Amino acid sequence: MADGYNKPIPIPQPESDNYWEGTKAGELRLRHCDDCNQAYFYPRNICPECGNNNTSWIVASGNAKIHTFAIVHRPPHPGFMDDIPYVPAIVELEEGPKMATQIVNVEADPSKISIDMAVKVVFESITDEISLPKFEPA
Amino acid sequence: MPVMDKLKAVSGTAAIVGVAESDQIGRTPDKGPLELHAEAGRNALADAGIDKSEVDGVFTAGYSTYDVAEYLGITPHFTDSTSVGGSSFVIHIAHAIAAIQAGYCEVALITHGQTGRSDRARAGGNPGLPSAQYEVPYGIIGPPVAYSLAANRYMHQYGEDRTREAMANIAVSTRKWANMNEKAFFYDTPMSFDEYHDSRWISWPFHLPDCCLVTDAGAAIVITSAERAKSTRKGAVSILGAAEGHDHGILHQMPDLTRTWGRHSGPQALEMAGVTHDDLDLAMIYDSFTYTVLATLESLGFCGPGDGPDFVADQRTAPGGDFPLNTSGGGLSYTHPGMYGIFTVVEAVRQLRGETGQRQLDDCKLAMAHGTGGLLSSTGTVILGRD
Repeated sequence: MADGYNKPIPIPQPESDNYWEGTKAGELRLRHCDDCNQAYFYPRNICPECGNNNTSWIVASGNAKIHTFAIVHRPPHPGFMDDIPYVPAIVELEEGPKMATQIVNVEADPSKISIDMAVKVVFESITDEISLPKFEPA
Repeated sequence: MPVMDKLKAVSGTAAIVGVAESDQIGRTPDKGPLELHAEAGRNALADAGIDKSEVDGVFTAGYSTYDVAEYLGITPHFTDSTSVGGSSFVIHIAHAIAAIQAGYCEVALITHGQTGRSDRARAGGNPGLPSAQYEVPYGIIGPPVAYSLAANRYMHQYGEDRTREAMANIAVSTRKWANMNEKAFFYDTPMSFDEYHDSRWISWPFHLPDCCLVTDAGAAIVITSAERAKSTRKGAVSILGAAEGHDHGILHQMPDLTRTWGRHSGPQALEMAGVTHDDLDLAMIYDSFTYTVLATLESLGFCGPGDGPDFVADQRTAPGGDFPLNTSGGGLSYTHPGMYGIFTVVEAVRQLRGETGQRQLDDCKLAMAHGTGGLLSSTGTVILGRD
């Protein structure tokens, strides 16, 4: 575990074990509905579009564009005290789904980040078990 | 889908006959949340002139109904603990109509109480909920961060400068209303446009005054049949329309960050009531953030997508303006204990009754109260009227 990591840590659940094993291995794995032929997020066994469970896993390219972002100045949790200002975001993956994340390796300034900006995934190891997918400018 | 003929048939068959806050609101460090529920419940029953022994339906969120009912010594035959954030208590109104119409109860008591200001500890998240894995680890925790993400998307689509000006207009006009409500947290604290623009960032694009208060407060509503309402102390405020729903739970699952479920609940409630936007004398729109009002006005159909900044321009929603909005001072400047929706109804009923003193609107006959819950997730809309 990274020293002093005191932010909330995801606890893998039955439907997300493979997702978190993927991020640990440097892969962003998405659920894919083989009936709709469409990827979706977050991982769950039943397709939210058609309701069927004819679903599989694919590996995303990691390419995305920023759908929206914010710049947080007042930490909503003590663990983020040393991170402010930080940049939470929703990105739209090349495969279609949107996911929440953070934009990293960029100055937290609204003049330096823009919606529709191209970004790519990076994996931040926060514990022996968990790596968080974040995104940086492509 | 909702069956409009049936909804129209129950329009006006139930009425709000009592509303109240807890004895004090704002900061109540010596009172727990359940006590605020109970105070408000007792006060609303007194407002209605109905004894608690007559209450046979209990509705609440945040607690289970048995917690509130046990405290008050009520043994209901109908209970509803539907909990969809700040919209819950507005949504309970539709459920009360249904229960009264079906014969499950005759006198419905809806209660709320929270000590958001005195009890600042945040509950731990449930690791089984998607938010715990897919939003919270990124610091997307709590409404200010989530709603600021939505607001920036709006700015991108409809223009940053005009969005900023709209949020300023909403913050300043709402503060002016609070300056006319002695119960408001900011009753004695005016705010200029310069003060708004010079205030600190919470989560860009939100300044501090874009964000609601965090207070302690409780409120309650008493509902009964239109027939029975005639013999209550203050008479009936008719429930003419009521609608609800949601289209996501966590933020990144929201289909369109600029459109809430109000796009369905607003038109449904208006149609059920047989009225249009132009007929309304007052709009009480949940203002967790300035942006919430902007997106909600558009979603409800008061104006088109992206037209909100023009709609609220030039302090049109302030005292003396031609679109009175959030006349209590709202969640931004009156009170916001966490799930504020019930307070939109309390103010609408008081305006319809003519009980709001210096901020009283002339000839207020028809009002909308609208609650939003979760992360722009859930909405409830009611249309209330008085002859």
